[in-house]
Amino acid sequence: MAGLTPENLARARETVALYPQPRSALIPLCHQAQAQEGWLTPDAISQIAELVGVSAAEVRGTASFYDMLHLEPVGKFLIGVCTNISCMLGGAYELLAHAEDRLGIRCGQTTADGTFTLEEMECLAGCDGPTCVAVNYRYFPNQDESTFDTLVDDLAAGRLDGDVPCHGTVSRVDRTVTLMAQRDEVLAERAASDRARSERQAAKEAKG
Amino acid sequence: MSGTPRTGAPFIVTSRTGDATRPPMEEGHTLNAYLASGGYQGLRKALTMNPEEVVAEVLASNLLGRGGAGFEAGRKWSMVRPNPVRYLVINGDESEPATFKDRMLMERDPHQLVEGTLIAAYAIGAAQAFIFIRGEFALGMERVIAAVNDAYRHGAIGANIFGSGFSVDLVVHPGAGAYICGEETALLESLEGKRGYPRIKPPFFPAAIGLYGEPTVVNNVETVSNLPWIVSNGGAAFAALGQGRSTGTRIFALSGHVVRPGNYEVEMSKLTFRDLIFDPELGGGVRGGKSVKAFIPGGASAPWFGPDQLDLPLDQDAVGKAGSMLGSGSVIVMDSDTCAVRAAWRIARFFHRESCGQCTPCREGSGWIDKVMRRIEDGQGREEDLDLLMDACDNIAPGVSWPPAQTTICVLGPSIPSSVAWSIRMFRDEYLLHIKEGACPCP
Repeated sequence: MAGLTPENLARARETVALYPQPRSALIPLCHQAQAQEGWLTPDAISQIAELVGVSAAEVRGTASFYDMLHLEPVGKFLIGVCTNISCMLGGAYELLAHAEDRLGIRCGQTTADGTFTLEEMECLAGCDGPTCVAVNYRYFPNQDESTFDTLVDDLAAGRLDGDVPCHGTVSRVDRTVTLMAQRDEVLAERAASDRARSERQAAKEAKG
Repeated sequence: MSGTPRTGAPFIVTSRTGDATRPPMEEGHTLNAYLASGGYQGLRKALTMNPEEVVAEVLASNLLGRGGAGFEAGRKWSMVRPNPVRYLVINGDESEPATFKDRMLMERDPHQLVEGTLIAAYAIGAAQAFIFIRGEFALGMERVIAAVNDAYRHGAIGANIFGSGFSVDLVVHPGAGAYICGEETALLESLEGKRGYPRIKPPFFPAAIGLYGEPTVVNNVETVSNLPWIVSNGGAAFAALGQGRSTGTRIFALSGHVVRPGNYEVEMSKLTFRDLIFDPELGGGVRGGKSVKAFIPGGASAPWFGPDQLDLPLDQDAVGKAGSMLGSGSVIVMDSDTCAVRAAWRIARFFHRESCGQCTPCREGSGWIDKVMRRIEDGQGREEDLDLLMDACDNIAPGVSWPPAQTTICVLGPSIPSSVAWSIRMFRDEYLLHIKEGACPCP
């Protein structure tokens, strides 16, 4: 069972430093851990707890609230079929049934080889292209049975590896800058501006 | 035609000025393209003004919040408790079913969002600003993070912005998949690293007690994306568009059984729902030449309208007066073949799945409604089920009227009856036919 690599641990510390309170980094760190392992391993949960200063139970209890955070392993490709209103009107449930047949699994299950996990998803905000299918949150709009089969074939053959990173990677672009505005100076400037504002207001009231 | 279709021309300024000066979408997300089209001039201008003057311009524009509640943005800013530590949080957790305008704005025009965020941060004197982006929006996240990196290097974020003496940091924060985090107090909980449980108001109005207990402004992505234009052109120019309280332009997300689903930015109040759905440059009509059976004027939380309401203007107050809401600006069209029971069930099921579970009427009521609706659709319904559904709705939102009464901490609960109760009122015979025939009678 693996915790964060030294590189990812350093990155996690940089993320914690972006927030006024360390706990705010809890969810970003869960994403970073998932990017490494595909899911939230118990070791990663303990490490995140230490980094943000809460108990492992609090990390797990928070993570369990969120659909994107997985406390058990998922496939390399998490295929989500949106079935909410706009996609449903465009035939999403028929496509979902086809997806189950094609992959040989039911919603929520993972193929035996660990390649695909299938999920029914709530509105992905891809309503201009129903049915919207997301693979590791990369969108493939306007899916029908035949395009879905092609999509699955392409994923299995590795033809989309450049477009679709492994499950857990939300953003392939990292923040490259640290905080630059010195907090003490910012707060002093805001306090001065508040004072000036109330003085202006008082002067205005004295005049009126 | 006062509006320009957004699809393929997805930039706010384009349709407002009528000339396509903004770059086409493919490279529009880069700093160079943004600068080439006058990017960051609004921020530069704002920094030469007093914060109060920026607030005054936005008050003059009468910009209504584009997130769903439609509160005046300038007034929201004016209500922030004076305190040296104030926070700005941009709500990019767009999850209202059938709403997809903020996703487009983040993917295609991230610098406009960043510039608007900085103008808002300056106006309220924020100590730090955050853009909370829905976790599922991987492309939007990548684009906005890249824009923030580039904007720092350009001197638009950080210390002494453009030499003005104003300093603020901006952090992009990822969500993790929860509809309720679009509710502003749940969003703040999530940003504090907790489960997305809405806070009770009062006392937890963000303007008074927000992020980390400090006064906080929460603004929607589309709302702040309007700010560069408003500061550059003046609040009066924005207010000159639209009518009454509904000023400026707005992006309408049109989906369902239309020929051309998409985001369309049009002048507020000037067009009707019929124009939006049927104009060949906009929705292009109902697919297969069918008629409109029903439509939802403002996201899945809004009460349904029938075809007799198609001539209402795209105006916040007019839609409110007619008994629904413009909400998040998403219009869902259902054609004559749609099963009203199935459509309403799917929306009810969504609320059941997304209820955070804090309040009994919402947590339990949504589950009951989901199951009873499902059994009617499956042909297992009983006639008394309709009263049972209305009773469950009444327990969540007493009186089942609009705007709804509330027995829950947040407005997710009272959104549940909007599809269920209104579809029963509009299509009672169709519900009864499901029960009588023991099967869904729809094609």
